[in-house]
Amino acid sequence: MSPLSGYLLLSAFLFSIGLAGALTRRNAILVLIGIELMLNAANLNFIAFWRYGPHPEALTGVMFAIFSISVAAAEAAVGLSIILAVYRHSRTTNLDQLNSMKG
Amino acid sequence: MNWIVRNLWLIPALPLFAAGISALAKQKNRALAAGLAIGSMGISFLLALCAFAHVLALRSGGQATQQVFNFPWFQFGNDWLSLGWVLNPLTAVMLVMVTFVGLLIFIFSVGYMEHDENFTRFFCFLALFASAMLGVIISNSLLLLFMCWEIVGLTSYLLIGFWYFKPSAAAAAKKAFITTRIGDLPFFLGIVWLYSQTGTLLFYNGGAGCLEPTAIAHLLSQTTTIGIGVATGIALLIFCGAIGKSGQFPLHVWLPDAMEGPTPVSALIHAATMVAAGVFLVARVYPLMSAHGGVAGILTTSTALQAVTWIGAITALFGSLVAVAQFDIKRILAYSTVSQLGYMMMGLGVGGVAVGMFHLITHAFFKALLFLGAGSIIHGCSGEQDIRKMGGIRKLMPITFATYAVAMLALCGFPLFSGFWSKDEILHAAHHWNISQLPYYMGAFAALLTAFYMTRQVFYVFAGSSRLTQESTDASHADPHAHAADHHHSSGAIHESPAVMTVPLALLSVFALLLGFFGTPAWPWFQSFLDDSPLALNFGAFGEGGILPVMLISSLIVFLGLGLGWYFYGRRPIVSAEAPDAVGKLSPPIFTVLGHAFYFDALYGATFIRLNTLLSKISDWLDRWVWNGAVKTITSLVFGFAHLDNFLDTHVVNSGFDEGCESVSLSGQILSRLQAGRVQGYLKIVAGALIVFTILLLWKARA
Repeated sequence: MSPLSGYLLLSAFLFSIGLAGALTRRNAILVLIGIELMLNAANLNFIAFWRYGPHPEALTGVMFAIFSISVAAAEAAVGLSIILAVYRHSRTTNLDQLNSMKG
Repeated sequence: MNWIVRNLWLIPALPLFAAGISALAKQKNRALAAGLAIGSMGISFLLALCAFAHVLALRSGGQATQQVFNFPWFQFGNDWLSLGWVLNPLTAVMLVMVTFVGLLIFIFSVGYMEHDENFTRFFCFLALFASAMLGVIISNSLLLLFMCWEIVGLTSYLLIGFWYFKPSAAAAAKKAFITTRIGDLPFFLGIVWLYSQTGTLLFYNGGAGCLEPTAIAHLLSQTTTIGIGVATGIALLIFCGAIGKSGQFPLHVWLPDAMEGPTPVSALIHAATMVAAGVFLVARVYPLMSAHGGVAGILTTSTALQAVTWIGAITALFGSLVAVAQFDIKRILAYSTVSQLGYMMMGLGVGGVAVGMFHLITHAFFKALLFLGAGSIIHGCSGEQDIRKMGGIRKLMPITFATYAVAMLALCGFPLFSGFWSKDEILHAAHHWNISQLPYYMGAFAALLTAFYMTRQVFYVFAGSSRLTQESTDASHADPHAHAADHHHSSGAIHESPAVMTVPLALLSVFALLLGFFGTPAWPWFQSFLDDSPLALNFGAFGEGGILPVMLISSLIVFLGLGLGWYFYGRRPIVSAEAPDAVGKLSPPIFTVLGHAFYFDALYGATFIRLNTLLSKISDWLDRWVWNGAVKTITSLVFGFAHLDNFLDTHVVNSGFDEGCESVSLSGQILSRLQAGRVQGYLKIVAGALIVFTILLLWKARA
């Protein structure tokens, strides 16, 4: 088994954990953590494909990952502040009770 | 141009202003309304004197005595419609007469109406009337004259119906209004015709007016399809207006009924001024009336003037005949007014403007005096108007009696009183009329009757002892004035009127006595003033042209009338109110006919009014069944269509629409279930899709 396959399997595993967390948890903060895990799985893919790709000397993969991390940080900040705002509004972070978006 | 000519409009405007203010005043502002009306009338009187003095000054300066002031009113098409006023001797004389008599009657009304709760309204109407009447006098445009003429008719209506809660007063007001309207319709047609022929309604406009030679010549040169001249046609139509307003035969029926109004109204409107407006109108348009196509220099009379003369003569005779058999003090005077107006018309027809106008002026004074005297008597007798129930008032109301006697003698034409000179002049002119002598004889006979019925009235009212019983005062409670008077003087005893009423009487009687001396044959100042001819004192004039014989004959006629009156009514005192009339005993049927005024009201009731009622019934029937039926048919058709539409809408259009709506809403319900509002639900779908796509990809990669 080549190193790339190992990284990809690890990344798929991480993604699955994150997805499971995002789908099953009722607490909004834990859902956010799940989403972060899925993002990091994607970052791992970027690095792995770059490292074992045809042009490992160019720093494109690293650049991509750093961008992705900074965007993820901003997204986490926005997400947390939304959760705080929602909490203040409805005194809960339980997603089952936050169904005001229904049609 | 002189100040007074430019500002002549102020004379009618001031009473109009007073009327406007008192119309806004509250009912209890009695002093304000009376003060405004009398004050404005007083100032108008002073202005009228200024105008009169101005004309006199022009005359003595040898200048033309006619001055006009015209102004454009509005434009239609390419023409400007102009209005204006004219100051000439005719205007000046009428202005002074109307403002002076009006002022005295206003003052008298303060006393007469003091118990009436609508005192303020009364003075508002009086002032409005005075304004309109003065407007008629000064206007230099037939249109302006017509407008004021109609306002005069309106105020007459309002004042006759002043005690509108009396059904008889309301009916009399309607009758007066409608009857004069019948005359005004031809008058208006005449105005329109005149305008279409001459293109102007201004009387005098520096040669372009409709009464000036150019326009008259143009009118004379044309003939209508039925053969009479256009000038004659227009003149006759305008004369119809005068017939209605001046109570001439056959439209005289409204004037006696108009006596339902308060007595000052009868004096001001239905004796002195408004009814004279018709005579004034004929005098104003005299150039048109007298226009004839004959050769200049030959004495001929136009057809219109012949009509004026005959109508006047018939009216004069008719009025005096009927007055003989009346018992209501005001109705006698009303028929007397009808008769005297006939005299004026006859005077205009046979003698010209000056002859008719002289009688108008003298008549205005003595007839206003008679009516005010009658008012004073009615006031004193607590509203009693039946002369049979009066009597003995001479001792109880001495001032009223003295002034009444002066006016009565003036009306009869007793020598040297004002009525003598003016009436005599008419008879003299009629005697020399070139068409027929008949109007002269009719006028002379009417003069005899006048002296007779006035003597009868005076003996009934003033001589003997009072026949006024308590029952009759009680019976007269229907009269609102009587009621008010009784309320105040609980005793109901006959009493002399207060000074506010007797002073105007005394002033008027002075004029009734002396005014005639301004127009005697020896010194015809009035005639020369109106005709703008030279004046000279010439006592020899009595002997010329048969004046003296006519004068002697008319004096004899007056003495005969007075003597007959004394013979029938004065010889033995009248003792009982129920006793039959002394003349009535001679021939009861004739007396009854006269008492009912030749049954003219009944005749009109049986013909015109019945025809009118029939027409309105036919119209009503047509309206109810024919037009209404047509309308109803169309209505039901429309209703049928509406019901059909409604059915289609409900069952065809609506059901299809409802179906569509339901399916849309159903799909909406189904779709809305997808959007549960649970974010994780959406995520699950995304994850499921991802898994499916991954599996698909793997499947493809393996294959």
